[in-house]
Amino acid sequence: MIQPVRTVAMRDVFGATLLALAERVPGMVVLDCDVATSCKTRAFGEAYPDRFFNCGVAEANMVDVAAGLATCGLRPVVSTFALFLTLKGADQIRNTVCYNDLPVVFVGGYAGLSDSFDGPSHQAITDLAVMRAMPNMVVVVPGDALEVQQAVEAALSRPGPTYIRVCRNPTPVLFEDQPPLEIGRVRKLRDGADLTLGVCGVPTSMAIEASEKLAQEGIGVDLLEISTLKPLDVNAILASVSKTGKLLSIEEHNRYGGLAEAVALALAKERPTKMDYVAIEDTFAESGSYEALMAKYGLSVDRIVEKAKALVTSCGPNAGESL
Amino acid sequence: MTMEIDTYRRLDPSTVLAETDRTKKAAAMQYLAQQFRVQVLDILHEKGTGHWGGAASAAELLVALYFDTLRARPDQPDWPERDRLVVSKGHASCMIYTVLAHRGYFPVEELNTFRQLDSRLQGHPCMNSTPGVEMSTGALGHGMSVTLGMALAARFRKQDWWSYVLLGDGDLNEGQTWEAIMAAAKFAPPRLAALIDYNKVQLDGPSDEIMPMDPLDEKLRAFNWNVAPKYFDGHSVVDILDSFDWIRRQDRWPVAVIYRTHKGRGVSFMEDNYVWHGSPVDDATHAKARPELLKTLGELEANL
Repeated sequence: MIQPVRTVAMRDVFGATLLALAERVPGMVVLDCDVATSCKTRAFGEAYPDRFFNCGVAEANMVDVAAGLATCGLRPVVSTFALFLTLKGADQIRNTVCYNDLPVVFVGGYAGLSDSFDGPSHQAITDLAVMRAMPNMVVVVPGDALEVQQAVEAALSRPGPTYIRVCRNPTPVLFEDQPPLEIGRVRKLRDGADLTLGVCGVPTSMAIEASEKLAQEGIGVDLLEISTLKPLDVNAILASVSKTGKLLSIEEHNRYGGLAEAVALALAKERPTKMDYVAIEDTFAESGSYEALMAKYGLSVDRIVEKAKALVTSCGPNAGESL
Repeated sequence: MTMEIDTYRRLDPSTVLAETDRTKKAAAMQYLAQQFRVQVLDILHEKGTGHWGGAASAAELLVALYFDTLRARPDQPDWPERDRLVVSKGHASCMIYTVLAHRGYFPVEELNTFRQLDSRLQGHPCMNSTPGVEMSTGALGHGMSVTLGMALAARFRKQDWWSYVLLGDGDLNEGQTWEAIMAAAKFAPPRLAALIDYNKVQLDGPSDEIMPMDPLDEKLRAFNWNVAPKYFDGHSVVDILDSFDWIRRQDRWPVAVIYRTHKGRGVSFMEDNYVWHGSPVDDATHAKARPELLKTLGELEANL
């Protein structure tokens, strides 16, 4: 079992990653919207002022400036709060970047409920739905800070656009000394025959803990960290549900348009599978501490365990093999 | 109809390109723009779809850019050092395609596929479909930002290509354009020029009724742009060439030139009339409009 020994903020690692990649990726330029201090692109901007463009509070313009830079062979990394990037910049992401399949890396910071005290006006619970809906877009939801670094590196070597979701707060480091994140590949965290848990992002640590609790109660969990929502690693998910026959998805996002729907869409075609989901129940949250918000709006170890047991009870164990 | 098409003289674009006498070249480009208007009208009529108003408005500007000013290699559209032109008013697509085809980016015959299934010529320009299209446009308001990015890339890479954007009235309605105008003044990369096809008519009516933008030059100056001291005549190639001379003399960036133009230019009942933003050119309209264009073409021929 993965037992995290430290917590690190994804945004801090994102900022450090930009500095670390600066010499290796000489065409990399960074754009931010007056939140460079928050999203941690500031240090890069101070070290490489000719490669940094603070565009002010104007997301639409920032995205299209990045697109223009990309058409001339540069590798823009566009950073701001996930909510504003994916909604205020949505037309530009769609019509300029995705339509033309330009290699722009979008890093949506303060994602999910992590801008907790700022309240619903700042909390990104629809970003994955919007980004998944864009043709050509690759959508990555790292599970820890190390995966943020790996996702940024991988995205910078892709030929098209990538969206990477980044949390504001310190979260457990889960994948120390593990192989790096691969875009489009599921990371298998645990083998079990009774139930598949599919998780992305910050709740990954919760899913790990919940799997242990379930094991203690005799429920074997096949635990998949599905860090790439698009393109989905359908084969890995199929292999798992063909064994377990049921899947519980877990995500820090509204229940519409995120991981649950991505998995359900794939399984509906390939192998209809009994599912349930842990997600935000189509509501806006509120101000409060991150931990308290997660618990109140449905994302906790207890909630995962409860839903997992209900799903197993409703299907019976090993439903996959009985099909 | 086929007979009619063959009744006017088409200039050989390579001859126009090669002309070294400025007066003769201006006259040839003036003719070429009108010649392209006839072809655009024919295409829009045949296909029953597309935008006449904005296409006719931009004819002389596009011809002057592609046949005089832009450093371009039609046989190598992605030549890294080329000048960039982003036509933000993408609904002028039929004119853009006509100019690009005659400039040698793709076969002129392909213009007949405009807006049809499996064509490279999408309803609005698509950079990955059509050789020579620098940026996909159509949704208004994007071009200024994208062109700023191209100019910033030139500065960063220590290249001297020019980055031009052609903006229409609708672009100037979009908030994003003003975000970009602010940002362009902040970053001020060299050789960034906004060319404004200011025909003052929009889809729903005159700009003064839909969204007044005057005093446009003063607005741009207030945003710290270097704005040409007068409005140029966007239908006079001589005037347009003068404006390009003015641009090349500048050393304070970004620069903007406002061209007074007329939507639907060339057909009396279509000029300055919002109805002809995008109405289909039916048989009766075509029959009435085409002789007007040809009459002017004949007058321009005398100057060649």
